[in-house]
Amino acid sequence: MRGLTWKDIVKHLFRNPLSLVGIVIILGLCVLALLAPYIAPHDPYATDPINKLQPPSKRNPMGTDGLGRDVWSRVLYGTRISLWIAFLILIISGTLGTIIGIISAYFGGFWDNVLMRITDVFMAFPQLILAMAVAAALGPSLTNVVLAISFGAWTIFARLARSRAIAIVQEDFVEAARACGAGHLRLLFVHILPLALSPVIVQGTLSMGGIILTAAGLGFLGFGAQPPSPEWGLMVSEGRNFMPHAWWVSTFPGLAIMITVLGFNLLGDGIRDILDPRMR
Amino acid sequence: MLGYIARRLIWMLLVLWGVMTITFFVARVIPADPVGAILGPQAPPEAIERERERLGLNRPIYVQYIRYIFDLLRGDLGISLRTRRPVLQDIAQFFPATAELALSAFLIGVVLGISVGVVSAVYPGRVIDHASRVFAIVGLSMPAFWLGLLLLLGFYYKLGWLPGPGQLPYWMPRPPRVTGFLFVDALLAHDWSALTSYLKHLVMPAFTLGWISTASIARITRASMLEVLREEYIKTARMKGLKESGVVMKHAFKNALLPIITVVGIRLASLLEGAVLTETVFAWPGLGRYATHSFLSIDFNAVVGVAIFTAFLYAFCNLAVDLLYAYLNPKIRYV
Repeated sequence: MRGLTWKDIVKHLFRNPLSLVGIVIILGLCVLALLAPYIAPHDPYATDPINKLQPPSKRNPMGTDGLGRDVWSRVLYGTRISLWIAFLILIISGTLGTIIGIISAYFGGFWDNVLMRITDVFMAFPQLILAMAVAAALGPSLTNVVLAISFGAWTIFARLARSRAIAIVQEDFVEAARACGAGHLRLLFVHILPLALSPVIVQGTLSMGGIILTAAGLGFLGFGAQPPSPEWGLMVSEGRNFMPHAWWVSTFPGLAIMITVLGFNLLGDGIRDILDPRMR
Repeated sequence: MLGYIARRLIWMLLVLWGVMTITFFVARVIPADPVGAILGPQAPPEAIERERERLGLNRPIYVQYIRYIFDLLRGDLGISLRTRRPVLQDIAQFFPATAELALSAFLIGVVLGISVGVVSAVYPGRVIDHASRVFAIVGLSMPAFWLGLLLLLGFYYKLGWLPGPGQLPYWMPRPPRVTGFLFVDALLAHDWSALTSYLKHLVMPAFTLGWISTASIARITRASMLEVLREEYIKTARMKGLKESGVVMKHAFKNALLPIITVVGIRLASLLEGAVLTETVFAWPGLGRYATHSFLSIDFNAVVGVAIFTAFLYAFCNLAVDLLYAYLNPKIRYV
């Protein structure tokens, strides 16, 4: 971020109407996720076979699904799942990637080569296929979705952290710290890591939308959350069979995915515009 | 140029070796109990022992690894546990449907994406530019499987304009299989009714899959074109009195192509990914659906086969893009 401070970025973001919309969407979703137990009108798991597949009404703003569960309450609870999963994936893959990246830059030479070639190999897989394979090997569950997606998502963070850290390693203060007797670990995690983080955080925002889409895709295909979880991708898949006469069962969870991803993409776009003036 | 190609090829082989290794790790090392996955939880111990021996799982892991690599090099992907046929044969059967779907989606994405991008770069800040930017970002945010379902709901269930899932109506006989590509097979058999029906079936899945590429191609085209249109030689061309359309298409677009090609290449490869979801929605008998079914039933040989096959395709797409790039941009040729 040549010459830009975090303050500048925030200022620019709030000036750009589109990224402002993104921020509002994301904050709104976080509020919904936190307050889900208080604002959901019904128990998301409570079945009510007599009232199954009811169209949207005052009682059920998004209708009911094939087991009579309230779609709106389920979508609300699903917000928690999607945001939480995406957050976990980001933390895991971001941490892993950053550590690999700074180690690669710090030691350089042979180890740099080895680590970066491994990164290239992971990048040679289509993300979804790799995640599907890992999720299949581990067995379908939400936890395994987190592991499966993180398994392939760390590569971009490793590259970014490395390219930033290569410049940092050559700075005088690193040499000074070494002269004062700082060991590898201390140099890596106290002196280099904090400075290598900013590109990782920015890329994290940019990746968020894609991660949510991949997670929802895995849920839709059956590799993720299992019934009766109100995970959005799974809900879309469950509603498929009712599509001709009960469109609301699939449509609303899908809409929720789209709005969430849109929020992160708008914010990410704003950040990219600030960092890359050519796109402005 | 030759040296570059050679280096690039060697590099690709190394990546593919890495791909095989990771796949081995995922398929053989991560699952605690591959035999349990095959025989089920209630299998008697003797059967488990026999199966372990048959699969070579009682050997040291490095022996298993070497055997695995040699099998792959011979093109032996093993037998699918689900379909009881060689995995390679399965892939050969299901891949053509995916290829046709992906290529049509690709055409839609490239043609639509580049036109939208060029138009919005020529009129920056106008309504059409804003509209196309909104279109691009909404497109990138839409889950493909959901878009597919909405299209089915609208154009099949409600309006009835387009046929539903599948490649052909269930009552229509499939033209004899020659190439496996239904489009080509129908042409070869002069089966015009199957051909038109197939094309109608193709519209919605291809559009669903192409939509996402359209968005990202439009976006990079716009950015790249805007940059080139600011250059001095564009001003010169205009001052010479050339027609605006000529300036845009001949002078600007050609020079804006490089970044576009990169994105187009990435999109072509990632169509494979989108195909998994699209095929599931539209009951398209392609590799994506085969992958989903075999992965869900923990059919390890098929998992390995499909993962490696897609990674190979991915690698070839990347290679093609790199070579094209080197050809078009002399600056990086001998790097």
